[in-house]
Amino acid sequence: MSTDSIDVCVQGAGPAGMAAAIEAAKLGLRVVVVDDQEKPGGQVYRAPSLPRIADDADARTGDALRAAFAASGATHLAQRLVWGAAHEAEGFRIDLLGPQGLETIHAPRLIAAPGTTERVVPFPGWTLPGVIGLAAATVLLKAEATTPGRRTVVAGRGPLLYAVAAKILKLGGAVAAVVDQAPLSAWASALPLLATNLGLLARGLAWRAQLLRSGVAVLHGEGLAAARGVEAVTSVVTTSGRVFECDAVAVGHGLIPNTELTRLLRAEHHFDRGRGGWVPRRDAMMRTSLPGLYVVGDGGGVAGAAAAVPQGRLGGLAAALDAGRLSLTEHEKQAAPLRAAGDTTFGAAMAAMFALRPEQVAAIPADCVVCRCEDVTRAEIEDAIDQGAGEINQVKAWTRCGMGSCQGRVCGDVVAELVASQVGSRERAGQYTARLPLRPLPMAELTGAFEYADIPIPKPAPL
Amino acid sequence: MSYDIAIVGAGVNGAMTALTLARGGMKVAIVDRGGICRQASGVNAGTLTMQMTRVALMPFALRAHAMWADARRWLGHDVGVVVCDGLSLAFTQAEEELLSFRAAKRREAGAPIDLISGKRAKEIEPGLPENVRLAGHCVVDGFANAYLTGQAFRAALLEAGVTLIEDRAVTGVERVGSEWRLLCGEESIRTPRVVLAGGVWLEQMAGWFGVRLPIKCLINQVAVTERMAPVMRAVLGVASGLLSMKQYPHGTVVIGGGWQGTGDPVTGPRDIVPANLLGNLRLASYVTPALKRTRIVRAWLGLEAETADALPAVGPLPGASGVFTIGSIHSGYTSGLCIADMFARQLLGQDIPLSLAPFATARLVHKAA
Repeated sequence: MSTDSIDVCVQGAGPAGMAAAIEAAKLGLRVVVVDDQEKPGGQVYRAPSLPRIADDADARTGDALRAAFAASGATHLAQRLVWGAAHEAEGFRIDLLGPQGLETIHAPRLIAAPGTTERVVPFPGWTLPGVIGLAAATVLLKAEATTPGRRTVVAGRGPLLYAVAAKILKLGGAVAAVVDQAPLSAWASALPLLATNLGLLARGLAWRAQLLRSGVAVLHGEGLAAARGVEAVTSVVTTSGRVFECDAVAVGHGLIPNTELTRLLRAEHHFDRGRGGWVPRRDAMMRTSLPGLYVVGDGGGVAGAAAAVPQGRLGGLAAALDAGRLSLTEHEKQAAPLRAAGDTTFGAAMAAMFALRPEQVAAIPADCVVCRCEDVTRAEIEDAIDQGAGEINQVKAWTRCGMGSCQGRVCGDVVAELVASQVGSRERAGQYTARLPLRPLPMAELTGAFEYADIPIPKPAPL
Repeated sequence: MSYDIAIVGAGVNGAMTALTLARGGMKVAIVDRGGICRQASGVNAGTLTMQMTRVALMPFALRAHAMWADARRWLGHDVGVVVCDGLSLAFTQAEEELLSFRAAKRREAGAPIDLISGKRAKEIEPGLPENVRLAGHCVVDGFANAYLTGQAFRAALLEAGVTLIEDRAVTGVERVGSEWRLLCGEESIRTPRVVLAGGVWLEQMAGWFGVRLPIKCLINQVAVTERMAPVMRAVLGVASGLLSMKQYPHGTVVIGGGWQGTGDPVTGPRDIVPANLLGNLRLASYVTPALKRTRIVRAWLGLEAETADALPAVGPLPGASGVFTIGSIHSGYTSGLCIADMFARQLLGQDIPLSLAPFATARLVHKAA
């Protein structure tokens, strides 16, 4: 597919991506949306595998958005892994791997709606089978209506904590404990800001009340000191020494914007702790430093699902303006009401409350594995820093941390924090250089069927 | 600060030059605008093969191979070197002819390469396909963990008393009396002698001294798989040289061979070219079909310098008193160690066993307009 037939490509079919596509298509742009899942929805509005009755607010909102997206006229390329991209003279090249093998899209404009990755601050035992992320637990609960285990400890920091615990109870599972790192005082001081969205606040309070009614221990201002077990997790011990038997742990410490695509394209980024970490610089129209590249939703800085839709619409409007389909006056008329909704006090308060705190990283024991793909411990990382690795990519080279299958998405934030504690700032510590493929590529699917004679072997080097 | 000699560029050539000079008694500073060995010396595929080495460099490459293999002793630090067999394969008649011709020339230059049958190659490396027609077999082969180069050299340089200045760009040079002043931001380095070891940036550096030294820039793509159970034990290549592949002790397979990406010395490496990545990976999975069971986790680019005649640029920079260059050594990670060591010994006034005269920088220099 080429620039001749596409006005804008949208990467990601979560709420921000769908909203961007709907808006751009409404204004007459030819839109292609690429996403790795079978059905649109993203993480928050993940579509269930089996039919179900939309019995909660998220499910109803998701179904409505999906219906509007289906009717929008945008082309949805599902089950496509975006593994590479480049900024070229004519716009953007987007490399895909899908059911038909390799595909390339060329588009003059690209709206990135990449979402987030869950942060897990390592603790002893976090790599044991049975320990999963809160986001992974959400996938099981929403898409498969399955609980993570028979008896689950839900721990960490973030809005998902109570949602996951409540959903486990609803599906008939047992919750051994909710271990919330945020002290009650943190919730109390955030209350005025959280009260700016009474609907979401009420839902959160209802989840909490339901947990307490069911007799679930809810601990505040505590973390997990360790997950224990031999073959798999069998118990956890909290930082105050309380022990809970369990066969599953769902743990997460907030969200990190997925910036690998915007970094690969060399858009400018800046560090914004309260928004989850490194985020692309963007203006009120969702334009990045790169002409034709827009970022919408949590991938541009954590702001929550409620902000994702207006941000997506703003991105769609900006693309239409830049494509010459909308006058500046008309653009301003339509964009103005969306701006406030695209950056809510509630979303900002939530994101800031669940930002990474240096003391969380300081508490990681020396022999604890930080990079689980390559089994690199905190002590090994600090040894490399002591030997003179002054930024994160040199630490990566000297320890292999961040070289594994996840490309540093999981460990990068924590490793950078360890480097920053020695070199003074996250800006100096830097971020892992984005490398393609953005997700691991199966060699068989990548290489496909071919004959030796078809390999275009270049001219040999001189003898 | 004042030094006997200053080296600009902390890749493997600059670092080795600095180490030998410091151990020979000179007061040495080495400065790099980034971290030590973070460009080609740290991101190359790590191959230490004779079967891709230029014939003119073979005596240096053989000595350098021995140095790499013994790095722990003389460098004092580990670069993860594995010494193993190397196989260069021919699958077509044309490749068979190319391999026979090139292996003979390299053998004449001293590389212990034997031509063996496909059947014999498969005994050495059981994971090969059935249709290998001919193979070049060399027992002097192997690989290093290129990304550890900087870690090892950094420690060795500091132990030798070298002043290592990282993350500091040289912004200009001045001639003051019989000395050069290298301006690095607020500070300056005073020295009578300067060695430019800038890789693909050598052309820019020569320009500081008003000398035009054209350097071409190759943009080599490299890819790596996930960790997997052992699927190869030799360094594997093909007759054309467009594949170099080996499996590291931790299980990943690094795939290179000089397929080109985009970029230039000014903007640095830019983009992987998917068609070239695909070509390289198809070649790799043809040579080792077991690779079809794994996944590619990462691909990257490294900039390799090349002169007009693809031979190194070593020696005095004409028209700039006390200024020298070292670099543009084809497959320079393999041979550079030995060439830089000899270059430094020559500066120290020592006799060296091989002549560097054929690589004199003067032959490449165009007088500035």
